[in-house]
Amino acid sequence: MVFDYLFLTFAALMCLLPLINVLAVSLSSSNAAAAGYVKLWPVEFTLSSYQYALTKPQFTQAFLISAERVALGYVITMVVIILVAYPLSKEKNVFHARGKYAWIFIFTMMFSGGLIPTYMTIRYLGLLDTIWVLVLPGAVPIFNIVLMMNFFRTIPHEIEEAAFIDGAGHFKTLLSIYLPLSLPSLATVSLFVIVNHWNSWFDGIIYMNHTYNYPLQSYLRTIIINPDLQSMTSSEQLVMREISERTFKAAQIFLGAIPILCVYPFLQKYFMSGLTMGSVKG
Amino acid sequence: MSTVNALSRKSSPRIPRQRRLRELPLHLMLIPGLVLLLLFHYIPMFGIVMAFEDFKPAKGFFGSKWVGFDNFVYMAKLPNMGSILYNTVFIAVLKIIVGMAVPILVALMLNEIGNKGFKRTIQTVVYFPHFLSWVILGGVLMDVLSPSTGIVNDVIRLFGGEPIYFLGDKTWFPYTMVITAVWKNFGYDTIVYLAALTNVDRNLYEAAAIDGANRIQQTWHVTLPGILPIVTLMGVLNLGNILNAGFDQIFNLYSPSVYSTGDIIDTFVYRLGLEQAQFSVSTAVGLFKSVISIIMVSLANYLAGRFANYRVF
Repeated sequence: MVFDYLFLTFAALMCLLPLINVLAVSLSSSNAAAAGYVKLWPVEFTLSSYQYALTKPQFTQAFLISAERVALGYVITMVVIILVAYPLSKEKNVFHARGKYAWIFIFTMMFSGGLIPTYMTIRYLGLLDTIWVLVLPGAVPIFNIVLMMNFFRTIPHEIEEAAFIDGAGHFKTLLSIYLPLSLPSLATVSLFVIVNHWNSWFDGIIYMNHTYNYPLQSYLRTIIINPDLQSMTSSEQLVMREISERTFKAAQIFLGAIPILCVYPFLQKYFMSGLTMGSVKG
Repeated sequence: MSTVNALSRKSSPRIPRQRRLRELPLHLMLIPGLVLLLLFHYIPMFGIVMAFEDFKPAKGFFGSKWVGFDNFVYMAKLPNMGSILYNTVFIAVLKIIVGMAVPILVALMLNEIGNKGFKRTIQTVVYFPHFLSWVILGGVLMDVLSPSTGIVNDVIRLFGGEPIYFLGDKTWFPYTMVITAVWKNFGYDTIVYLAALTNVDRNLYEAAAIDGANRIQQTWHVTLPGILPIVTLMGVLNLGNILNAGFDQIFNLYSPSVYSTGDIIDTFVYRLGLEQAQFSVSTAVGLFKSVISIIMVSLANYLAGRFANYRVF
């Protein structure tokens, strides 16, 4: 029993310590970081890495693009999810073509055109370097649709029948009855959609021809994974005495993680319920 | 009762139009999703013809020369194709095995804990890395695993060892990928297994205890058989993923020095297509992977249906 507590605490620490270490590095001076003094606490505390990161116009630009894609993408994706999940949640005797439509959606989970054909299609549609390429291709997430569909199915048929007797059509039923009853699962699916949009980086990299069109994670990738420090002015190089590549990277990493960090503790109930929602029932 | 049957019989001549009208809104609702699916998933499928052509962007799909299976033969003869396939399957299988063992173990341990607050805290903390992107975690790992300045190697040096190039050494790289991927995702799977564990009937434990079983025997004879269905299900579903070794992670953490053990099908397709502009071969490799995946996924769904009564929806 004691072993259980110890092991689990160890596992939890393993999840936290690397992030704490990076946070400490981001708040330390370049000399302390280079000398390896920084473990879990900042050495020679300084905010210059963050100052430098935040004053870079590319950072703000990328942040705004990400905010735009999250907002636009959230609305479009949620509308699509709800409009697709509702018909698919109906039984065959209510919606006869349900099975065929379901196959059309599920098939895309099993087979796809591949990287290059998708890229070509997007190019021919003229979507490169636009916000739409970040928002539209991912607007039909089958996993979330299935989640929502399973939840709609738990709503008793009697309610739907009562609405029909009162003269409501499907649209009215969906808007006035199903949606208000589905708020918890809508919240959970919303979270997954938002987090997914915030974390997306690959689409920005392949579909944007200019780095000024990158969303935040794609921009961060150019700093963290493929740093390009040759393109700096002399005033920037002066700043680099205070900070270093390592502390600067650490600050960027942490800035990229902060939104999730802020949201997660308050909403983790929704994050966790999403997994068990409708899944074990099958 | 008979009215209901008359209404749902397909060939009922009496009120077909009325029924169809009632269903019309449902068809309309599906239109946005279908249009998006058509544009971004089904139309690209036609691009697969590139795999059978010597595709030149200037000539387009219809102008490029048809070469049949030449691209596939070329792909099979590539010197690194064997290692790419091996790396993909090796890393994927290892990820599936370790990626199931660790969460099951953690879930078993969490199940023993009585203190609800501790249980919730642990679950919350270990679930967290799952929500950070591989760009962020890639940056964290590159710093933490650095042979010169990373704290992991600091600890190793403390115990008198030599620093390990976790990300740069080709022998270590696949294992680093497996361990860090499990580290990121085990919290997510733990929650699923924990839910399954709470569904095991309490009475069975009592019965075993009355028969004289200690904790370990109870775990072996009651708990593990109790979660066997969901473990089988997860395992079978993971079968469909056998060729997905984790592009997001590997693409952010690999480098040319580890290509021989770290290059997987997806990273190779990316480099061929988007860096070397070898569109035809890249599409061919991607198609090869898709075909195998669809076979594996179908097999997995069939097995899951047979043995665990699982339907996709």
